Parts: sequence; C-alpha cells; structure tokens
Amino acid sequence: MDNAKWTFGLTMMIVGMGGTFLTLWILGLVMDALKNVFPLAAKTPSPEKK
Amino acid sequence: MLESLQTGLYGLTSGISYLFTSGGPNVIMLLIAAILLYLGVKKDVEPLLLVPIGFGCFLVNIPLSDLMEPGGLLKILYDMGISNEVFPLLIFVGIGAMIDFGSLLENPKMLLFGAAGQFGIFFTLMLALALGFPQLEAVSIAVIGACDGPTSIYVASQYAPQLLAPISVAAYSYMALVPIIQPPIMRVLTTPKERVIKMAPIKRSVSAQTKLLFPIVVTLVTGLLAPKGLPLMGTIMLGNFMRESGVVARLTKASENEIANIVTLFLGLAIGGTMEGHAFLKPQTLAIFGMGFVAICMDTVAGVVFGKIVCALTGGKVNPLIGAAGISAFPMAARVVQAQGQLYDKKNHLLMHAAGVNTGGQIGSVVAAAVMLSVLKGMGLI
Repeated sequence: MDNAKWTFGLTMMIVGMGGTFLTLWILGLVMDALKNVFPLAAKTPSPEKK
Repeated sequence: MLESLQTGLYGLTSGISYLFTSGGPNVIMLLIAAILLYLGVKKDVEPLLLVPIGFGCFLVNIPLSDLMEPGGLLKILYDMGISNEVFPLLIFVGIGAMIDFGSLLENPKMLLFGAAGQFGIFFTLMLALALGFPQLEAVSIAVIGACDGPTSIYVASQYAPQLLAPISVAAYSYMALVPIIQPPIMRVLTTPKERVIKMAPIKRSVSAQTKLLFPIVVTLVTGLLAPKGLPLMGTIMLGNFMRESGVVARLTKASENEIANIVTLFLGLAIGGTMEGHAFLKPQTLAIFGMGFVAICMDTVAGVVFGKIVCALTGGKVNPLIGAAGISAFPMAARVVQAQGQLYDKKNHLLMHAAGVNTGGQIGSVVAAAVMLSVLKGMGLI
C-alpha cells in the first residue's frame, strides 16, 4: 500500500472510529439528559374503594 | 421476400445465437439468479429482497433484452431511485417507523456497543485499500460492515456505482447469514462463566415525551457533527418521529407497509438489473464478497471484545455476548444473542438488553457512515 493510501486509511480509522464513538457517546449523554428533564411520571396509587 | 424472411428469422434466433456465442457470463448469471431465487423462496433468506433481486438478475441476463438500456424498465427504475439515492432513503423512513427505540432509551450507554460494532467497517476499509481498491471504492466496500443494506446502497450508488451490485448483494446476503456467522465467534471469544452472566432486568423509565423528542435530538446532534449523513439519519428519524407522535398513523402505516413494500420491490429489481454477467463476473466481485464476510466477522469480534471490557469494568454485571448485537441487523442480532445465552442457561433472558444494543447498532451504523462521509468531505475527496 502506498503512503497516500496508508495515510488515508489510518485517518479514516482514527477519525472515523473515534468520531463514531464520540458522536454516540454525546447522543447517550443527551438521551440521559432527556430522561432527566422528562422523567416517567410515577403511577399514583388508585384510591381505595370505600 | 427471402431476405425479409431471413431477417425476420434472425430476429427470432439472435438471442439464442448470442447465448451460444458470447453469452457465457449470462448463463452463469442465470444460474446465480436461480440460486438467489432458491435461497429466497425455499430457504427463506431475506425473501423480500432476494426474490426481486434474483428476478431482476434473471431478466437482465436474458440476451438482448435491453432492460438496462436507456428506456428499459430496469434502467428506468435504477434512474428513478438508485442513482439519486431516493429508494434507500424511503426504506429508512419505513425502518424508522417500525423501530421502537424504547429499549435503547432505557439504557443509553448501550449506544457505545453500537459504536464498537462498527469496527468492521474501518478494518475492511484498510483491507480494501491494501488490496488496491481506490479510496472511494474502498469506503463503499467497507460500509458492508455496517450490516445495513440501505446505507450500503446509499454510499455505493454515490461513490462507486460500478460496484453497486456486488456490494448490495453482499450486504443483504451477510445480513441474512448473521445467525450462522456470529455464534462461533461469540463462543470462541467468551468463557463459559461469562456466557451465563445474568443481567439485571430493565426497569421501565422512559416517558412518552422523551420518546417523542428522541428522533429530533438525534437528528440535530448527528446533523451538526456529521452533516453529510443527514439524509440517512434524517429519514430514519422522520419515520420514528411519526411513529412516536401518534398523530399521523396513516403516514406511519404507509411508510412501514405500502411505501416500504413498493420501494423494496423497485430497489430489488433495479439492483438485480445491475447484475449483468459481463459487468458482474469479475475477480473484484469475489474480493468484495470476501471483504464483506471479514467485515461482519470483525464487527462481531469488536462487539464481543468491547462487551468483555465493559464486563470487567462493571465487575461482571454485563454479559459480553450482548456486544455481538451492536450491528444493524435488527432484530436478528438480538435474537442470536438471546439464543446463545439460553444455550448455556435456559433461564438467562438477554433479549431486552440485546435489543437495546441492537437498536444502538442501527443508529451506530448510520452514524459511522455519516462520520465517514463527513471526514471524506473534510478531506476534499467528495
């Protein structure tokens, strides 16, 4: 493999794989934040029948 | 009069004479079409795709049929939705409408498994470059490792249309072979003790608002980080937003049924149309199939190894087998994990965790392709 292709491949490997991890990590954080901002409403116990 | 009869007869026999003179590749492709149809019909291997692809391949290899010449049926379908990437994107709207990202939202960290499961793409890129493929062809071949048919077609139709047929057939074939390819790799890479790790049950913790906002947030974040992949992520998330909004049930149903079905038929026929013998039967086709296999294997290896790392970091709370589900083949990969887990402990239910990882793999494959395209754009190659 010539030098240019080697450089290209390594760049894609490092930036591509790194970028994928980074993007998905950020997405994970945003999703966690969304869950905190809009939590699942706790079920209120139904009033007992008298 | 005699001359007129002769030319008339020539018209009737020219197809047969072509087949016996220079139609060798066509004969081989007719056999391949028969195999594809057999796999789809008798073996239930991705029939929705292999049947139209096989029949398109069958049609285009009947000599002198001109179906892929300008004005021919298959060429019209190709120009209508493959050369401009519309068909894979329409299929993505349907996929988005079908997928429930709830299990992923329960534990968003599972997205990282979806990243690890894309390693095969980058490994295969290096392999393709080492085998002498030009840069954009290598990228298109590598995307087979996304284990995602529409993404593979989207990238190949833009940057290596001459390789579209082998890439798309390889992508769909290996997706169908996930239950055969993955288990041996999962067994080799894990210990018996790891395979029986039970994971804590998932508690329901996602609100309807979170599920509704999820597609918008994902589109925004990935669009800002990797804008070249926005058509891919945008369409999948459009389908999911329609699903979660609940107010456009007709559009959601049309996206996941009628539109997806019609587009799948047209897409399959058009791809089959690119499988003309003289263009398809080249050594590089074999190389692409080989690299596609390597890509799926490396995805699984990376996913399971990542699972082992997470298992060690969490003190044995994560079963490494779920890492194999970090690919886009949904829900097949999750089912493989569940089946493997139950092989060693019938009471071990990994399906929900694996489904979360698998939907993460769905997003991960699109993100990986988007990131690659944006890096290529940044490097000035596209």
